[in-house]
Amino acid sequence: MLSKRNPQLNAHGELIHLLSIEGLPKAVLTQILDTAGTFLSVNDREVKKVPLLRGKSVFNLFFENSTRTRTTFEIAAKRLSADVINLDIARSSTAKGESLLDTIANLSAMHADMFVVRHAESGAPYLIAQHVAPHVHVVNAGDGRHAHPTQGLLDMYTIRHYKQDFANLTVAIVGDIVHSRVARSDIHALTTLGAAEVRAVGPRTLVPGDLKAMGVRVCHSLEEGIKDADVIITLRLQNERMSGALLPSAGEYFKNFGLTEDKLALAKSDAIVMHPGPINRGVEIDSAVADGRQSVILPQVTYGIAVRMAVMSIIAGNDA
Amino acid sequence: MTTLHLDAEALYADLLARVRPLLRPDAALVGIWSGGAWLAERLQRDLGLAGKPGVISSALHRDDFGSRGLAGTTDATALPFAIDGRHILLIDDVLYTGRTTRAVLNELFDFGRPASVTLAVLVDRGGRELPIEPAVSAARVVLPPSQKLDLTRDAAGRFDFAIEGT
Amino acid sequence: MKVLITNGRVVDPASGRDERADVAIAAGRIVGIGAASPDFDADRVIDARGLVVAPGLVDLAARLREPGQEHEGMLESELAAAAAGGVTSLICLPDTDPTLDEPGLVEMLKFRARKLSRCRLFPLGALTRGLGGEVLTEMAELTEAGCVGFSQADAPVRDTQVLARALQYAATFGYTVWLRPNDPWLGGGVAASGAVATRLGLSGVPVSAETIALHTIFDLVRASGARVHLCRLSSAAGVELLRAAKAEGLPVTADVSINSLHLTDVDIGYFNPAMRLVPPLRQQRDRDALRAGLADGTIDALVSDHTPVDADAKILPFAEAEPGATGLELLLGLALKWGDGAGIGLTRALASVTSAPVRVLGGALGSLAASAGRLVEGGVADVCIFDPSAHWAVTAAALRSQGKSTPFAFDASGVELPARVRYTLVAGHIAHEAA
Repeated sequence: MLSKRNPQLNAHGELIHLLSIEGLPKAVLTQILDTAGTFLSVNDREVKKVPLLRGKSVFNLFFENSTRTRTTFEIAAKRLSADVINLDIARSSTAKGESLLDTIANLSAMHADMFVVRHAESGAPYLIAQHVAPHVHVVNAGDGRHAHPTQGLLDMYTIRHYKQDFANLTVAIVGDIVHSRVARSDIHALTTLGAAEVRAVGPRTLVPGDLKAMGVRVCHSLEEGIKDADVIITLRLQNERMSGALLPSAGEYFKNFGLTEDKLALAKSDAIVMHPGPINRGVEIDSAVADGRQSVILPQVTYGIAVRMAVMSIIAGNDA
Repeated sequence: MTTLHLDAEALYADLLARVRPLLRPDAALVGIWSGGAWLAERLQRDLGLAGKPGVISSALHRDDFGSRGLAGTTDATALPFAIDGRHILLIDDVLYTGRTTRAVLNELFDFGRPASVTLAVLVDRGGRELPIEPAVSAARVVLPPSQKLDLTRDAAGRFDFAIEGT
Repeated sequence: MKVLITNGRVVDPASGRDERADVAIAAGRIVGIGAASPDFDADRVIDARGLVVAPGLVDLAARLREPGQEHEGMLESELAAAAAGGVTSLICLPDTDPTLDEPGLVEMLKFRARKLSRCRLFPLGALTRGLGGEVLTEMAELTEAGCVGFSQADAPVRDTQVLARALQYAATFGYTVWLRPNDPWLGGGVAASGAVATRLGLSGVPVSAETIALHTIFDLVRASGARVHLCRLSSAAGVELLRAAKAEGLPVTADVSINSLHLTDVDIGYFNPAMRLVPPLRQQRDRDALRAGLADGTIDALVSDHTPVDADAKILPFAEAEPGATGLELLLGLALKWGDGAGIGLTRALASVTSAPVRVLGGALGSLAASAGRLVEGGVADVCIFDPSAHWAVTAAALRSQGKSTPFAFDASGVELPARVRYTLVAGHIAHEAA
């Protein structure tokens, strides 16, 4: 079979869509992180707007609900002076049976310049990117279990801010990794940026052995997983996992894999604790840790806006 | 065939002399990245001004974003003082079409409302496409559009010019 | 009509014949293979110089989408596709709408196919009513109407006791039960478990979904003595279990699809919905084992698994796309491509789609069993004449099937398929003639 060019990059290797961190060269990731730094300073100005996307229409297409993520994308787009339209797909024509591609075609006819898409099925943004006109750009805001690239990037920005160099870092990702698009994006980003060791930590039902193929060390005990770690990323545990016979209860999970102050002491003393949010206090993380001195969960949110501004402005400036 | 030779150090000395009388007591120097920023740094010292000059970038307000995309990221704006009500002396190495100055002015106004902005440049090479004029320029030259003129600075901090193109 | 095929390379895997010869056909039967008698006054002479004259292909698995799923295929288009692919006999699956669990439906289907004269149609009857896995169908009635075996298509029989009894009942009459080994609880994913599915975030189907089902089936075969044909093997572990079962002497046969024989999960690429297939594409070592199994006879036959899918049903995110691919027109080319790659030779490759499938069907074909899938004097004149040196690009325009989605699409792969069918004859009548 013909090997196809990564649909996210144009013929010159420039980013035109952001669909997944996988397959992006280190230079592209670094460009995004560096640009995000510039935009952080914009957020401190009196006039928190730059005209880079002025006159452009950004359509937020969220097939899966998420007020948080949608809001940060909206803020980011507006700070770039774009017009933002939020589409509540659940209540719109798609619910009436309009196909995904018909929805996109109709919106394109309204001169959308960029789609920010969140969908419950892995791969949906690729389908969309394949079918939009050449000047239209697609940003994946999360597709099924596959990828959440802007979250991965803001996690990397956070790590770079506190730890500077990836080369010597041991990063532990704890939780429901098999179902997590955030985990996959973090893993791809960390391995591309050259982290020394990435560990996937959790019970076997949530962290299967074949994750090794992604370049991680699989650990089935929290103690082994976070020992001497520089960064701990805790993932949200969803209620559905209890009903699928993957876990007996949130309580037992917390006892064995919840990040408490005691357990945190096993990591390096200057280790940072991250979480993509929203937090389930007392399930994957203790309040004392979430609010404690090693937690960088709130800065992550700030960086999220700058990273999304960086992504949007970079892709909008590149032609297909 | 003659090669144009500009003595950057000599022109700097000239710029310094012309800028001194323009300087209001409460003025602030802001240099346009990168050449203007180097000049502002030296002027700040030579004019005996306290603190550091501001550095300003045109990256976020350029009018060619649609065709060129986002430029490099190392040229961030850094203004270590408030802009509101301040008299600003804007420094650039080469003034050409005026578009960079326009972008920089927009960037500056995102930070506040200056009392005034005065433009001082090392070289004015004509070719203006916007109604922008410097209060002071140390030299006026005419170069073909195919040539690029940039200020350089060596390890010892000495200025020189680089001319690229035919 | 009398037809004379001259100067062709006659290849008959069943007898091992591979020689330049003429083939004379009259009244739907082959009356002579060898130098043509000068008295043979043919109505039509086909000059087969440079071409291979082979038995018409026998495809053990094709979905024709009638009755009920006409937006995906019609008997006319799909049987025309069969003829274009050199297929002269095909076995169709019972998962139509309504399912093939009534003799009347079977008779109607056979009648319509006969009228079209493109390809012989041998339906599989539903093993349980509505394929629901609960109530047995009237297997004797359905056999009388023309069914050659009983199948659940891809619908599971969740109740093991029902499956055991269905096999016992079929064994009473000597009917063959056609089952795709897939545990319904483990087998619900959309891609094969492994590095690719994990990376792409697609729900996985572990190999154990196939092996657990195989263990169950083999044990029930031991207990009941029923004949079982295993459909669409997909894993190396599955091939191993099959090898052991055959060595033990269990009455089982098996097939593999053109998709599993040639592709792996890596071919999913960037979520290409054309790769959304059942069974899902597995890894390289599984593909290697399937190829070895087909070569050494552990797997008896190669099938097209023809499943035409409406274009709109494929332009969806991977997990939502309807599984299936068109295949009738690709069976010959992919059989030869496998044979070439495996260094097996034309005759052996052709056997997997002619004489071997007929052996699987055995007595179910009735009198046809003696000559279907082979070229023998006195036998039926079902012939496929093809150009072994030609290549063709699999494009929507080139396909006669209503289903245009295929993993082997030229646009995506840039690869052409070998062999071009020039003529297909069914019962001595020219069912397909290339332009």
